[in-house]
Amino acid sequence: MLCWLPLQALAQGFAGLGTNADGYAIPERDYRLSFPQDHGPHPDFRIEWWYLTANLQDQHGTPYGIQWTLFRSALQPGEAEGWRSPQLWMAHAGLTSATRHFSAERLARGGIGQAGVSTAPFSAWIDDWRMTAPNATLNQLKLSATDAEFAYDLTLTAEGPLILHGAQGYSVKSREGQASYYYSQPRYTLSGTVTLEGQVIPVTGQAWLDREWSSQPLSSGQSGWDWFSLSLDSGAKLMGFRLRDDAGDFTSGTWITPDGQATALSPGAFQARSLEVQTVDGTEVPTRWEVRLPDRDLAVEVTPLNPDSWMDVSFAYWEGPVQVTGTHQGVGYLEMTGYR
Amino acid sequence: MRATGQALLSHWRRHPGQLLLLVLGLAMATALWSAVQAINGEARRSYDQAAQQLGAAQIDILVPRAGDGIALSRYVALRRAGWQLAPVLEGRWRLPDRSVTLQGIDLLSHPPIPALAQLANSDEMDPLALLQPPGRLIAAPGLARYLRTLPDLPPVLEAPDLPPDRVITDIALAEELLNRSGALSRLLVLREQSPGLPPLSTLAPELIRQAPSEKTSAQRLTDSFHLNLTAFGLLSFAVGLFIVHGMIGLAFEQRRGLFRTLRAMGVSLRGLIALLLVELILLALLAGGLGLILGFFLAGALLPDVAATLRGLYGAPVEGGLTLRPLWILSGLGMALAGTFMAGGQALWRVARLPLLSAPGVQSWSARARSGHRWQALGGAGLAVVGVLSVLLFDGLLAGFALLAGIMLGTALALPVVLSLLLTLLQRSARGPLAEWVWSDMRAQLPGLSLALMALLLAIAANIGVGTMVSSFRLTFLGWMDQRLSAELYVTARNDAEGAALQEWFRQEGIRALPIRSLDTRYNGTPLRVYGVIDDATYRGNWPILEATTDSWDRIAEGRAILINEQLARRFDLWTGDILTLQADWELPIVGVYSDYGNPNGQAIVSLPDLLERAPDIPHRQFGLRLPPQDVAALQSRLQDSFGLPASAMIDQVSLKRESLAIFDKTFVVTGALNILTLGVAGFAILTSLLTLWTQRQPQLAPVWALGVTRAQLARLEILRSVLLAVLTWAIALPLGLALAWVLLSVINVEAFGWKLPLFLFPLDWLRLAVLAILAAALAALIPARRLRRLPPADLLKVFAHER
Repeated sequence: MLCWLPLQALAQGFAGLGTNADGYAIPERDYRLSFPQDHGPHPDFRIEWWYLTANLQDQHGTPYGIQWTLFRSALQPGEAEGWRSPQLWMAHAGLTSATRHFSAERLARGGIGQAGVSTAPFSAWIDDWRMTAPNATLNQLKLSATDAEFAYDLTLTAEGPLILHGAQGYSVKSREGQASYYYSQPRYTLSGTVTLEGQVIPVTGQAWLDREWSSQPLSSGQSGWDWFSLSLDSGAKLMGFRLRDDAGDFTSGTWITPDGQATALSPGAFQARSLEVQTVDGTEVPTRWEVRLPDRDLAVEVTPLNPDSWMDVSFAYWEGPVQVTGTHQGVGYLEMTGYR
Repeated sequence: MRATGQALLSHWRRHPGQLLLLVLGLAMATALWSAVQAINGEARRSYDQAAQQLGAAQIDILVPRAGDGIALSRYVALRRAGWQLAPVLEGRWRLPDRSVTLQGIDLLSHPPIPALAQLANSDEMDPLALLQPPGRLIAAPGLARYLRTLPDLPPVLEAPDLPPDRVITDIALAEELLNRSGALSRLLVLREQSPGLPPLSTLAPELIRQAPSEKTSAQRLTDSFHLNLTAFGLLSFAVGLFIVHGMIGLAFEQRRGLFRTLRAMGVSLRGLIALLLVELILLALLAGGLGLILGFFLAGALLPDVAATLRGLYGAPVEGGLTLRPLWILSGLGMALAGTFMAGGQALWRVARLPLLSAPGVQSWSARARSGHRWQALGGAGLAVVGVLSVLLFDGLLAGFALLAGIMLGTALALPVVLSLLLTLLQRSARGPLAEWVWSDMRAQLPGLSLALMALLLAIAANIGVGTMVSSFRLTFLGWMDQRLSAELYVTARNDAEGAALQEWFRQEGIRALPIRSLDTRYNGTPLRVYGVIDDATYRGNWPILEATTDSWDRIAEGRAILINEQLARRFDLWTGDILTLQADWELPIVGVYSDYGNPNGQAIVSLPDLLERAPDIPHRQFGLRLPPQDVAALQSRLQDSFGLPASAMIDQVSLKRESLAIFDKTFVVTGALNILTLGVAGFAILTSLLTLWTQRQPQLAPVWALGVTRAQLARLEILRSVLLAVLTWAIALPLGLALAWVLLSVINVEAFGWKLPLFLFPLDWLRLAVLAILAAALAALIPARRLRRLPPADLLKVFAHER
């Protein structure tokens, strides 16, 4: 749809690769998140997302994964009415099985109502893709997306508290101190349907919602990230990321106990090593990983459900469901950006 | 085989004139046909290119059923229902010296615009700059240069492939420049849609979805223009084929002896037919090639006028240049081949059934032909009935053309029988044996001449029909212009501020000024221009009303009624007494219908105060001024002094009428040229037919000569016969031509332009055609007649010695 515009510039803004924060608000360590306001958009920050991934299975146990993401990117800080709004919205939807992977994209201008997020009741939307709640919390969500080849319609129920990453939601992203606000609801159970090649399949599973906003999430040397959200059979959860840097990678993460206690991992505690590199859609990406968290005696191998989980959108990246084996068993989602 | 071939070809060496006529006839037919094809192809390519350059080809659009915009909230609602749409806000953007089309698009959703492809790949194009203030304007280089001279405009980027009067920009900036916020002009329905969406007709009943084919009214209307041309091309081709038929028939007739000799010498029938086929193919390729060259130049000569017509009449952009295309060459040669076989098929069939030893018979052929004529006449009547039925049963341009084709071909097919009947009647009044022989001889010659006469009939009828249509149209147009263009001077301000200043000045000077102000909107998805007028005697006295209530102008002045043009009335069957819904809250009773030959779109008139109440921002720049004609020049120079108005901004009534008439006349240049060429071809057909008959004439004339009629007398009778047949044909063609004119004026015109025209009769033109037909027939008979006069008596005697 956009092949006539060199939209890399826009897409980089969405991907958080814009490294210059002039005029935009900057995350501050002593800010305390407050809800429901912070479920809504922060137009003074450059980049923001509502990011939901889920591991599903049908009644035969066949695994699937879905992704629903709404990005906001500001051309300038602030908001205006109508077409003059400097806010741009982009959404990605993905559906992955062991053999198929679908991705779709929607784009919208802010200010006219085609896309946006409201807080009371909570509603995030772009066109007919929706994430809505009956109230101002994120405890119960209805989630849907439709494209020419696939669709899903799911109901989610939170089984635990919101998790604030880093220091009360202030998540450091580089040694130079770049940071974002970052919180999650990592523990949803869900049920609903996915539609694949015209076939409506009932599914159940678990989902993970990430909320993050910032103006300058990457430092200048950083080229991309590898992000893991793992749900272990023990009930514990692990979020860990590696920001790739010429001068040495930066890793961080959060360990979440089954009862919802979150512990921020100190830089370097989370270790991720690529075991296998594959060419996906002409780009070399690591598809098998070794993840170690020595503090928790965790050493697992992370393998994708479908190595071809390439999101073929304006800003292309790899995103798909994974399986966890080793000292711990489980499922999760892996996102890898900046390889192209 | 080689010897046989040489023997067959030797005929052409001995008759180079025949070869020349055959090739020329086929070449002319091919030339006319392919010229029309080239013109049509070139024009269509121009439209396609224009549409494609804007990236809107092949994409359905949604436009409002009524009113001039789609609410932004409706677009958002459709989006949120799942429809993938791209919004466009488009309008006339008034600049100090001109106005251009400003097209605002949403860069995030609009499909690729090929005209911007080059720009998109250059460093100049920064999407962020396009999306943020001050934004960017994109225009063709000429317009871009002009825009850069204006103050307070954002930077301008150049895209050479954009139309010269169009500026593309982001929709946010377009809202600001057009001073229209929260409204959209149309929505593109993008190609990829999710399955199972709720239908647009229930989501947005106030919008109409239009397929690309019906998208621009200009395209739909130009289609009718091209169909018109194609019909003419086909007619010319058909008439041209009569020549070819005549010449091939002649060549085969003259070689009958040769064929028989060759067969007797052992050449197989299959071999003979194969050789004749090769001969036909070679002739077709030779003549087709020549015709293509002629056609290319003919098209090149006619295209500038066609382009001017299409631009002037329909506003469709067509370039004047012509390029040679392989497909065009192939189709031209294909037509030449197909035409040759159609024309030569009968002759080949006869050769195939040539009895090896039978005596050469001419009479039996004629007798056979006569019974065939009866069937032909029946077929002709059938065709005419089909034509009439098609127009009764179906609407549309094609039905109109089916009617035309039906009655034209039907009458042509029936011509031999009708002529034969006429001649029988005339024969009854004949006195003396010679006169009786002349009539019955004429009847005997009919089979051989009938094709040429049919060609003549078609050519004359087409000339009368089209001539009457054009002249009637012209007469109506002149009268209409006198009524419509009643102001003595038309003045155009460069911007609205100047317009307001002008109006104030007119008021102070006591000059009667009629503001010409309009709103472009839509009715049922089609463009509609609504004019607001003040109450003035000019309108009451002069407006070209077709039907109206007696108090129409009073009610208009009170803002309680609307007048509409004939196009709108016919397209939607709205007449006096009906209600026209302009917007949801703006319904007006129609109090009259006026004729409007300026453009094919809908138009309406309401009171100016009423219009301004609903659309206060409409342009305020044009005025019609009423003043004594002798004061016009003085006022022009005063306006120039006081306001610095350029001469081009002031046009007096006389010049305006002259220019309008010039455009009108250009419209029919092509038709006129094709008409004359068709008549020329028909004259040619008669000549070839008479030459074909010549060889058969000697045995028929010899007994008459032997009875004492001199060769000079016989020669005169030959010419008289030809002229008489031409006159009779003309007499039959006259009513056919008038019927054709009626169909053109009352059926085709309504479909093509949306107006019906009165039929005027031009007897002088008919006489001119009669003289032309007589001249053509006399000239065609002159060559055989001269040969007859100089024929040595010995040759005539030989007839008795050895009948072929």
